[in-house]
Amino acid sequence: MEASDHPKAIKSVEVKNPQGLHLRPGEAFARRASEFESTIEVISGERRVDGKSLLDIATLGASQGTQLKIEARGPDAEVAVEVLAQILETKSVDELTKEP
Amino acid sequence: MRIGARLRAEPVRQRAVCCSRDSAWQDVMQTLQGIAVSPGVAIGEALVVDNEGFRIPQRFVARDAVQAEIRRLTDAIAGADQEIAANRDTVTEQLGKHYGAIFGAHLKILHDARLRREIESMIRQKHYSPEYAVSRTMRRYAKVFQSLDNAFMKERSQDIFDIEKRLLKHLLRDRRENVSQLTSPVVLLAHNLTPSETANLNRRYALGFVTEAGGPGSHTAIVAEAMRLPAVVATGPFLTDVSGGDLVIIDGNLGRVVLQPDEETVAKYRYEAEEHRGVEARLKYFATKPAVTADGVRIQLYGNIEFPYEVEQCQAGGADGIGLYRTEFLYLNAKKEPTESTHYTAYKKVLLAMREKPVCIRTLDLGADKLSEELQSSDEKNPVLGLRSIRLTLRNVPLFRTQMRAILRASALGKVQILFPLITTLKELRQAKMLLSDVMEDLEESGIDFDRQIKVGIMAEVPATALLLERFLDEVDFVSIGTNDLIQYTLAVDRSNKDVASMYTASEPAVLRLIRMSIQAADKVNKPVNVCGQMSGNILYTMLLLGFGLRHFSVPPASLLEIKKVISSANIKQCQRIARRVMPMEHAQDIRNYLKEELRKQVPELVP
Repeated sequence: MEASDHPKAIKSVEVKNPQGLHLRPGEAFARRASEFESTIEVISGERRVDGKSLLDIATLGASQGTQLKIEARGPDAEVAVEVLAQILETKSVDELTKEP
Repeated sequence: MRIGARLRAEPVRQRAVCCSRDSAWQDVMQTLQGIAVSPGVAIGEALVVDNEGFRIPQRFVARDAVQAEIRRLTDAIAGADQEIAANRDTVTEQLGKHYGAIFGAHLKILHDARLRREIESMIRQKHYSPEYAVSRTMRRYAKVFQSLDNAFMKERSQDIFDIEKRLLKHLLRDRRENVSQLTSPVVLLAHNLTPSETANLNRRYALGFVTEAGGPGSHTAIVAEAMRLPAVVATGPFLTDVSGGDLVIIDGNLGRVVLQPDEETVAKYRYEAEEHRGVEARLKYFATKPAVTADGVRIQLYGNIEFPYEVEQCQAGGADGIGLYRTEFLYLNAKKEPTESTHYTAYKKVLLAMREKPVCIRTLDLGADKLSEELQSSDEKNPVLGLRSIRLTLRNVPLFRTQMRAILRASALGKVQILFPLITTLKELRQAKMLLSDVMEDLEESGIDFDRQIKVGIMAEVPATALLLERFLDEVDFVSIGTNDLIQYTLAVDRSNKDVASMYTASEPAVLRLIRMSIQAADKVNKPVNVCGQMSGNILYTMLLLGFGLRHFSVPPASLLEIKKVISSANIKQCQRIARRVMPMEHAQDIRNYLKEELRKQVPELVP
């Protein structure tokens, strides 16, 4: 089944981390995103990158206060955008890098 | 491919980069402006020299090797993974989880599925070698990071380089190559090259080089010119924009570097090379002719050399002798101080080749910072104003005596002159001459043959010496004006500091006045005076110097023929008129423009 047949979910969020969406929060984001079946994309202005790729996310250079959109397509799209949005809205990196 | 010199461009500082963030993802031609220090054009594949001297040996792989190459990539990723994981564990243990997480992020990047897909597709579709594919991909990412406004993210490019380095290390293993052991033709791109690194380059494979740092007149630049390697320095940072194996054009005439040139640009350069060979061929006419002005004044035209093998090129250009034999190479290349016989062997080669023609050997002209540890001063904050050259040799008498003995012994083989550099006070000159007499006595006692009438001269390269030259002239046989240092000391400009290097020019009125004064002072007492800096090899200044009364030129071997061509076309009256016009001018740029116009009228084919 094509991904486009799946439900799509979009959520707008603001980056809260003081250093922006740098490697460590990006890592937490990409790691979590990879656990979903849905395709995940992060949109900043005109640019749209693969949410499961840390490198791609980092190239957005999103600093604190940047408005991003998370777009998921797939069976778990709804859950995905909620969970991932939370990561972007977390202020402290240490909370994210805590091992489960 | 190398193409020789024409009119030397004066330093230009400006950087034209045609790249925006998004174009970083395509192969876009990019042009950099630096300072031209060694003429000629080189077109070839890039070898990016970083601190660890990595190089990308091969850009493409055979179609049927793709599977094996991808396995090599997989192995390298696995190897890098182990290293990074071990690092993460050590750092976490010693500094805490917070720091260990940095390497956690490195691991995540290393295993990034998208990155892997990009590298693999370059290997599969473009048949790039894994090394080249890794380097291209990683540097593209690094460039995107560097273009970000977020200072914190900009710094992340360092993480990308770190990972790139690790992967390359695993891919190359023992195939890592040192700059001195090149095996295929490349153009070298580096942050900086030391004079000895440059001198040790294999001339068969090194086509030319570009450095981000450096300046005109540095020893690296002089060595490059001696080796006839087209070179551009002081471009500012650009190494992150290139990968090993990229096509690069070095234009050592205009100080231009073209990264990823399009076909049209390559064709243009190849066409100019063809044109240049035509000019070169016509200049050959002068090879066997003496340097005589149009109105019949004989000019002595000498060659500057650094290595004995350059004598050949001096002879091909019909030089009247060697006006400046720099001996620094003997010191730079050696692990320890050169012996008398090392000196003698080199000098002998030059003298036997030049037969009865004069050879002017300059004693060591280096800073303590370039020599052995034990000579180094702990106080060297300003090397160009510090313990260097004659100051250094006068304080290290055994080192100085060794060289003087060798020069004197060589004087039995031909017409040798000895030249003391950086003389600033009469006291220094007298000390140097006293040591020379002392060595002569020793040789006499041992019954070793040498020329008792050996001519002794000094470089006029410190303003103090130029101002007082008439006094110095009482005690020397000849004077050689070293414009490179004279310019930097007169204008108080460090020519290797790229922020001020553009102020360094021979056409400043104060510099020209000192040069004219020095020529006239020597003329007055009928002693030979010669200009041997880079200025004398630049055809822009030939007629002006003739107009000042200069009759001895010492130039880089590659410039002999074109200088001779300008001399042959000029007459002295006209040169004097040019000198009179220039002297009241106030701005270096006006002077250059005027001289260029005059030169264009005189020899249009040499002015681009």
